[in-house]
Amino acid sequence: MTLMFFMIHLVPGDPARIMLGPRATPEMIADISMRMGLDQPLVIQLMKFLGNILKGDLGVDVLSSRPVTEIVFGQLPYTLWLIFSAIFGAMLIGIPLGCYSALHRNTFADRVTGVISVACITAPSFVVALYSLLIFAVTLKWFPAIGAGEKGDFFDQATHLVLPAFAIGISWVGYLSRLVRASMLEVLGENHIRTARAYGLTEFTIVYRYALKIAILPTVTVIGVGMGFLISAAVLTEVVFARPGLGKLIIESITTRNYPVVMGSVFISTGLFVISTTISDLVNASLDPRIRDNL
Amino acid sequence: MSDNILKIRDLSVNYQTDRGKLKALRNIDLDISRGSIVGVVGESGCGKSTLITSIIRQLDANADIPNGSIEFEKQDLLKLSLDKMRNISGTQLSIVFQDPMSTLNPVLSIGRQMIDIQYRDKTSKKIKKQRSIDMLNKVGIPDPQSQLKQYPHELSGGMQQRVSIAMALQAGPSLLIADEPTTALDATLEVQILKLLKELQVEMGCSILFVSHHLGVIAELCDHVIVMYAGEIVEQGSTYEIFNNPAHPYTVKLLECDPASISKKQRLLPSIPGEIPDLTNLSGGCIFKNRCDQSIDRCDKQTPKWNEFSNNHYVSCHLIES
Ligand SMILES: Nc1ncnc2c1ncn2[C@@H]1O[C@H](COP(=O)(O)OP(=O)(O)O)[C@@H](O)[C@H]1O
Ligand SMILES: [Mg+2]
Repeated sequence: MTLMFFMIHLVPGDPARIMLGPRATPEMIADISMRMGLDQPLVIQLMKFLGNILKGDLGVDVLSSRPVTEIVFGQLPYTLWLIFSAIFGAMLIGIPLGCYSALHRNTFADRVTGVISVACITAPSFVVALYSLLIFAVTLKWFPAIGAGEKGDFFDQATHLVLPAFAIGISWVGYLSRLVRASMLEVLGENHIRTARAYGLTEFTIVYRYALKIAILPTVTVIGVGMGFLISAAVLTEVVFARPGLGKLIIESITTRNYPVVMGSVFISTGLFVISTTISDLVNASLDPRIRDNL
Repeated sequence: MSDNILKIRDLSVNYQTDRGKLKALRNIDLDISRGSIVGVVGESGCGKSTLITSIIRQLDANADIPNGSIEFEKQDLLKLSLDKMRNISGTQLSIVFQDPMSTLNPVLSIGRQMIDIQYRDKTSKKIKKQRSIDMLNKVGIPDPQSQLKQYPHELSGGMQQRVSIAMALQAGPSLLIADEPTTALDATLEVQILKLLKELQVEMGCSILFVSHHLGVIAELCDHVIVMYAGEIVEQGSTYEIFNNPAHPYTVKLLECDPASISKKQRLLPSIPGEIPDLTNLSGGCIFKNRCDQSIDRCDKQTPKWNEFSNNHYVSCHLIES
C-alpha cells in the first residue's frame, strides 16, 4: 500500500494543474492543492492516508466530493461479476478438458487440446478483447459491443458480460486445463488409485471423485492467487468494452490524477486479492483433511 | 488333479526401458490350491510385484505380456474385458498392498471408502455401514463406529493396514493377494498382522497368495513356498520341505542370510555375494550361475529342467538332476 502511494506520487505532473486544465489560474491551483493536502510534505500525506484507512475512510473524491468508498463500491459489483463469470466459465471448460487430456494421455486428442491450451494461454486478454469485439459484436452482431446493459434487466446484463468474460477467461481455460492435466496425471499414478482400481471402482468414480478431489488442490490455489491477474485483465477489458467497473475507474482517475480514487480502488483490489487467497485456502482445507489439520 | 483356484502357465512379462526390453518374468508356472496359503519369496527386484500386478491386471503402461495365461476360477484373467475384470476385482479377487500409508485415499474418510467399494450392492447405506463396522471389528480395530469418520492419516500404519485388510476381505473373496503387507511395519505389528491374516483365512475360507522378501514371515504363515530368483521360479515345495530340506543353492543361501536364523553375535548381516543378472541382457543357461559357488560347465550352456527332489518338492538346478 505504502509502495503504491509513493509510486502514484512519483508520476510526473501536478495533479491539481492537470485536474483543472490549461486555463486554471494559480489561485485555483493553490486552493485545490490545499484541499487535497498536496501542499503538505509527502510523509504527512502518507501518515494521514494510512491513518484514515484504519478508520475505514478512503478519503473524498476531489472532483465530486463524494466519499471514495461510495464510488468504489458502486463500481465494484460490475468488476466482480466480470471476474466471476470469466473464472467460472474457465473452470467449467478447463477442468474437464484437463481431466480428459490426462485420461487420454499422448493420444491425438490430448495433443490437440495441448496445442489449443497453449494458444489460449499465450493470447493477451486485451487482444482477445479487441478481436472478439470486432468479430462477434461489430461484424456478426451476436453480442452487444459496449457497456454493461440495462440496470435490472438480467438477460441484457448477461449478454453484455459474454464477450468481456470470454476475453479474460480464455487464457484461463488453457491454463487450468494444463494445470489439471499435470496434477491429474500425478495423482493417477499414486498408490491409492491402484487400490481403488483393485476394488473394481468404476473409472468415473476413480477419476472424478477419488482423483479430482486431490488433483484440484493446486488449481484452487492458483485461482486464489490469480485474482491479481484477473483484476489487471479486467482493467484492460473494461476499457476496451467501455464497461463500468473498477478498471475503468482506475484508468480514469489516473488520467485526471485523482489520487484518493486511485488509492481507494487499488486498496480495494488488494483487499480482493487477500480475500480470494483466503477463500482458496478455506476451499482447499474443506477438500483435504490433511490441510484442515494444519490450520 | 487337485482343485486349483489360480493356475498360472508360462507367464512372461517384459518392460520396455531405455536400455531395451527388460524381461522381468520368464515362463512362470504357479498353482494355488483352494484354501491354501502360498508364499512367494525372493530378493527385491526378482519380480514379485510384477507377478502380482499382472494377476490384478494393473501392470505399468510400459509392460507387455508376450505369452502366458492366468486362470482364476476357470477363466483366463488376461483375456477378460476390462468390465469383466472390474467385476472380479475386489469381490472374488482382493489385494492388500505393501505401503499402508499410501494405499488408502488421503482425502476420503475410511467409512466413505469402505462404503464406496460396496457400490455393486443395492442395499441401503445403513446396512453397508453396519457391514463396514462389523468388518473393522473383525480385524481388531477398537471403536469402529468412530473410526469410520477418520481419515487415513489420522491412523497409525498398523491400523491403516488393518483397514486395508478389512476392505480386502469385506466382499468375501476366494483369493486374497498380499504384496509384502508387513514390510513397512515394525516387528511386533508384523506378528500381529500375520496372526490376524491366518485367523481370518481360517474363518473366511479364502486362499492367500502372500509375497515377501523375508523368509521368516513366510515360514510363519504359509503352507507352500515358491522361491523366485531374477524373474524365474527356482524351487517350490511345502514350507516344511523348503526350510528343512532346501535343494537349490539360492534357497540355501537365502536361508543362511535370513536374520531369524543368524546368531546375535554376528555383527554384519550376511548377504549373498554378487548381483542379480541384468534382465535386459540375459545369457543362456542357469539364471543363478554367476552367483552360485557350485556351478558346473552345464550351468553355462543349458537351462535346467524341473526335477522332483522329494514328494511335491521341485527344483530347477542341474546339480539335482536325477
Ligand atoms: N515399470 C517398470 N519399468 C521398467 N522396469 C520395471 C518396472 N517395474 C519393475 N521393473 C523392473 O522389473 C524387475 C522386477 O521388479 P518388481 O516386480 O518390482 O520386483 P519385486 O517386487 O520382487 O521387488 C526389477 O528389475 C525392476 O527394476
Ligand atoms: Mg515389490
